[in-house]
Amino acid sequence: MPPRSTSAAELAKCPTGIAGLDEITGGGLPRGRPTLICGGPGCGKTLFGIEFLVRGVSQGEPGVFVAFEERPEELAQNVTSLGFDLQRLQRQKKLFVEYMHIERGEIDETGEYDLDALFFRLGDAIDTVGAKRVVLDTLETLFSGFSNDAILRSELRRLFRWLKDRGVTAVITAERGDGVLTRQGLEEYVSDCVILLDHRMSDQVATRRLRVVKYRGTSHGTNEYPFLIDKDGIDVLPITSIGLSHHASTERVASGISDLDEMLAGGIYRGSTALISGTAGAGKSSIAAHFARASCDRGERCVMFAYEESPQQIARNMKSIGIDLNAHIRSGMLQCIAARPTTFGLEMHLATIHKAIRKHSPRMLIVDPITNFFSIASPKEVKGMLMRLVDFLKAEQITAVFTSLTQGGSALEATEAGISSLIDTWLLLRDIESNGERNRTMYVLKSRGTAHSNQMREFVLSKAGIRLIEPYLGVEGVLTGSSRLAQEAKETAATIQKRDETTRKRRAIERRTKEIEAQIATLRLEMAAESDELDRLLASDSDRERMESEDLAIMAASRKSSAKSAARPRHGKREGFAP
Amino acid sequence: MRKATKAEAITQEESWNLRLYVVGQTPKSVAAIANLKKFCAEHLGNQYTIEIIDVAANPKIARRDQIVAIPTLVRKLPVPMRKIIGDLSNTERVLVSFDMRPRTEASS
Repeated sequence: MPPRSTSAAELAKCPTGIAGLDEITGGGLPRGRPTLICGGPGCGKTLFGIEFLVRGVSQGEPGVFVAFEERPEELAQNVTSLGFDLQRLQRQKKLFVEYMHIERGEIDETGEYDLDALFFRLGDAIDTVGAKRVVLDTLETLFSGFSNDAILRSELRRLFRWLKDRGVTAVITAERGDGVLTRQGLEEYVSDCVILLDHRMSDQVATRRLRVVKYRGTSHGTNEYPFLIDKDGIDVLPITSIGLSHHASTERVASGISDLDEMLAGGIYRGSTALISGTAGAGKSSIAAHFARASCDRGERCVMFAYEESPQQIARNMKSIGIDLNAHIRSGMLQCIAARPTTFGLEMHLATIHKAIRKHSPRMLIVDPITNFFSIASPKEVKGMLMRLVDFLKAEQITAVFTSLTQGGSALEATEAGISSLIDTWLLLRDIESNGERNRTMYVLKSRGTAHSNQMREFVLSKAGIRLIEPYLGVEGVLTGSSRLAQEAKETAATIQKRDETTRKRRAIERRTKEIEAQIATLRLEMAAESDELDRLLASDSDRERMESEDLAIMAASRKSSAKSAARPRHGKREGFAP
Repeated sequence: MRKATKAEAITQEESWNLRLYVVGQTPKSVAAIANLKKFCAEHLGNQYTIEIIDVAANPKIARRDQIVAIPTLVRKLPVPMRKIIGDLSNTERVLVSFDMRPRTEASS
């Protein structure tokens, strides 16, 4: 909240220093005016007052604590466990504890009186330390100390006016009455700011809540905000749906599983929210552990909320798949916070997460698993809580990884349908049972702003972490495990067989070709032989004819006969050649 | 302002030590001082001391005695310590508070 201008229209604010409260009230309590803090017994009123003063001291504003109920020693003792050393502050003259004890038994009243002594004592206390802040705890005790209500009421009215005149920022605590804010109707006098503290039981789980009932002249959060009281004091959680105006980073955060990053086109966006859902034993925590390790390896702190296992158990189990979380826990990079979900109410869980984030300022948050919240609250409440958490994480640019245990048998997506809208990247793990074995597969159900793979991938948990296996994509669909191996073997055998057959066929063809070529060669030889024979025959024929004609000529010459008789023997010779 | 006065009626042997817290000269304070003097004169003889403390000037003393209302009369002695707040206009009530009258009588 930026410091407010001091224009007449706007109130000057006094930052309380109480974590979260200043955000709700837009800067703190009204400066120089009294604020009423009311609530039932044990709701943290006194602590609120003390923390208001202690934080004031660290902001350079000394304070006065007027204790009407507890002795200063008791008071100091009660808050030592919260790290507040009241006695030291008193010695340093930064804090004045004014104990106003009214023992009804030893006081009688006769005639007119007023509370001037209270004013002077308080004035003296304020002057002693130069107080800017005053706490009156619990002012209503006065009503049991004095019998004249009319005097008391007019004196209280005077007191509040006096406090305003002194310019101190005052906190007045009051017990809550039946159906009214305070038993004695103090809200009538303190009209500037009223804050209600509540300590409510729901399903045997206690939750503290704070609400700004009234804040004159300023806008303020009107919701009930959960708050914690732990060793650091009060911690109010101004987690509401901040809206959807958060920054959207384009930076990718790697999962630590390279194949998965590939499926997600480089990882999930920084500040986005990923959900890993699957049945028991699907490997959710293991994938989450990869995210954690990858974050720590990058030098980015990670906070892991484990609602099922102790940190030691997680570290041991993750070591079995080659992830050494212990080193990161020791170095402080990884904060492992384990608690049973039933230990607190939903709001307290949110408060604890919020506080851990503020304390460790991580870049990654892991909640394993979110489904355990459903055991303590209705799905609607859980969704509301997660929405506030996610909005907060987005505003802080913290990447979140949630795991979710889905029930076997039911439609997996239906279980988390309610929170789907909050999730940017949804990784679904599925066990595929076939051939007497279970195999782990994963796929990206959705990933906003990412051209993610739509491939269903099998993965194994090995000693070196999670390894994704090249998908088997065949005519028989996606196969996993041994059936994938069997199918692969079958395919290899088939391929080899095919290759063998081809070789055989080729050889056969080659052989036949050779045979044919041989045949052709033989035939060529035969043909050549025939042709030679023919030539030879023709040659001998012509020789013979020439000789015959020569003989005839000789004979004719010798007989001197005609050519007619010479033709007959030639014809006879030709008949001899017929086949 | 210290004052020790002698009077005739002595009800108790031991000496009384009274302290009256007032603020300046406010009407209630002035009335309380006058009423106290009258009471002592009438009922305590000469066995008493009165100490009048102005809280405006001495808030730290008022703190020690756990004074909240003005005027407040504190009987330091005799024990037990008793406190009466108011302007002491009702002498009967004062007597009852100091156990010089039975309580039942006063309430009736």
